[in-house]
Amino acid sequence: MLRAIWLIVRKDLTVEVRSRELAYTTLFFAISCVLVFAFSLVQEGRAAEGVGAGVLWMTIMFAGNLALGRTFERERQSETLRALMLVPAPRPAVYLGKLTGIVLLLLLTEGVLVPLVALLFQAELLAHPFWLVSVVAMGTLGFAAVGTLFAAMLVRARSRDVLLPVLLYPITVPVIIAGVRGTMAIAQPDFEVAVVRFWFSLLVAFDVVFITLALWTFEPVMTD
Amino acid sequence: MTRASRREMVGGSVDFDEVSVEDVSRHFGRRRAVSRVTFRAARGMIVGLLGPNGAGKSTLLAMLATVLRPSSGAIRYGSLDATAGPALRSRIGVLGHDLFLYPELTARENLAFFAGLYGIADSDACARAALERAQLDTRRDDPVASFSRGMRQRVALERALIHDPRLALLDEPFTGLDDASTEALLGRLKALRHGGAIVILATHDLDLAEGLLDTALFLRDGRNVETLSAPGGLRSTYRTVIGR
Repeated sequence: MLRAIWLIVRKDLTVEVRSRELAYTTLFFAISCVLVFAFSLVQEGRAAEGVGAGVLWMTIMFAGNLALGRTFERERQSETLRALMLVPAPRPAVYLGKLTGIVLLLLLTEGVLVPLVALLFQAELLAHPFWLVSVVAMGTLGFAAVGTLFAAMLVRARSRDVLLPVLLYPITVPVIIAGVRGTMAIAQPDFEVAVVRFWFSLLVAFDVVFITLALWTFEPVMTD
Repeated sequence: MTRASRREMVGGSVDFDEVSVEDVSRHFGRRRAVSRVTFRAARGMIVGLLGPNGAGKSTLLAMLATVLRPSSGAIRYGSLDATAGPALRSRIGVLGHDLFLYPELTARENLAFFAGLYGIADSDACARAALERAQLDTRRDDPVASFSRGMRQRVALERALIHDPRLALLDEPFTGLDDASTEALLGRLKALRHGGAIVILATHDLDLAEGLLDTALFLRDGRNVETLSAPGGLRSTYRTVIGR
C-alpha cells in the first residue's frame, strides 16, 4: 500500500514538474485573490482585526477547488483514473496518493500565500510559526480530504466544475471556520496557546473523521 | 525478466482457468447496455466480441474488468468473483478504448509506473523489456504526447500486458496500427493463447478477427444474437445476424 501511494505521489509530482500547470495556475489565482482583497479591505495600511485570517482561508478554499478540479481533469483525459482503479493496489491507496499530491501542492501555494497575507494585511501570522504551520497544514488536509473524494467521484460527471464547489464548500465549512479562528488566535497580540490548541485539536478531529469516511467510501463510490 | 519474478505482485496468488459470464445484464437508468449475455472462455482461448457501435461490447469488457458491476447475473473467474478485489485484478490486463497513458510521462516512465503498481520488483527493467517488444526502445525516453496514435496503442498494449495477466481484455486493439504493427499484434495474441491466457477482445475489424478467434459473440443492442465456435465466414454471419 505504501509503495502504491509513493508511486502515485511521485507520478503526480513528475507530471507537475514537467507541465507546471497546476502550480502556476493555483499560485496566480491565489495571489490575484489576495491582492483584490487587499485593495478593498486594507485602509490606510491596516485591515480590520481577523481579516487577514479570513482572506487566507477563503483563498485556500478557492485555490484548492481549482487545484482539485484540474488534478482530476488530468486523470480523466486519458481515463487514467480508470487505469488506477484496475491495478491490484488497494483502492484507498489511490485515494491517499492523490490526496498527498494535492496537499503538497496546496502547501506549496500556502508557502507564498501566508507571507503575502501577513505583509499586505499587517497580520502577525508569522509570530508563532509552529502553530501557524500546524493549523494551516491540518486545515488544508481536512479540506483536501473531502475535496479529493468528491473530485474523484465527479470525474465523469458532465457538470463536475459546478458540482464540486457546490458539494465541497458546505461540507468543509467546519474546517474553514476552525482554520480561520485558529489563525486569528495565532495573530492575536495577546497570544493564548490554549485557544490555538483548541482549534488545532478540532481540526485534527475533523481530519480524522473526513479521512476515515473517505477511505471507507472511496472503493464503493469508484465502482459503478 | 523471468515470469516468476514478474509474478512477485501485489495480491498475486490467485489464478483461474475459466471465465464464465452468466446471464449478465447492465442497465444505465432505463437504457439497457447489456442484456442477458452468457458465455464461457477457457485458458488458451481468444474470444471476440463483434457488433456495431453501442452494441454493449465495451460495457461487457468493463464488467469483466471489475470496474462496472452487473445489474443482474454473475461473472466468475474460476471459483472467484469480483469481490476477490486486488488479488483478482492482479490477474487481469485491460487495454481500453482510451489508452490509460499519461502524455507528460515518457513511454518508459508510463510502463515503469504501472509495473510498480502491479508489484513488479524491477519495474524499470520490465518497462525496458516491454518497450523492446513493442519495438519502441529507441523512443523510450520521449514523452508519450509526442507519439503517433499507433505508437501510443503499442505502448498501451504493453501496459495492459506488463504483468502477464491470465485474462486480457482488449477493446479495439488494432486501432491506429500499421500493417507491421498489426502483424506483430496478431502474433502477440497467438502467443498469449499459446501461453494459456484468456483473451477477450472487442473489434470491428472482421478481416483481422477471421482465423484468430476461437469463439465469436455477435452483440446487437446489448444482446448476444449469435455465438460461433471455431468461426469462419465472420463477415457473412455478421451481415446476417447484425443486418447493418
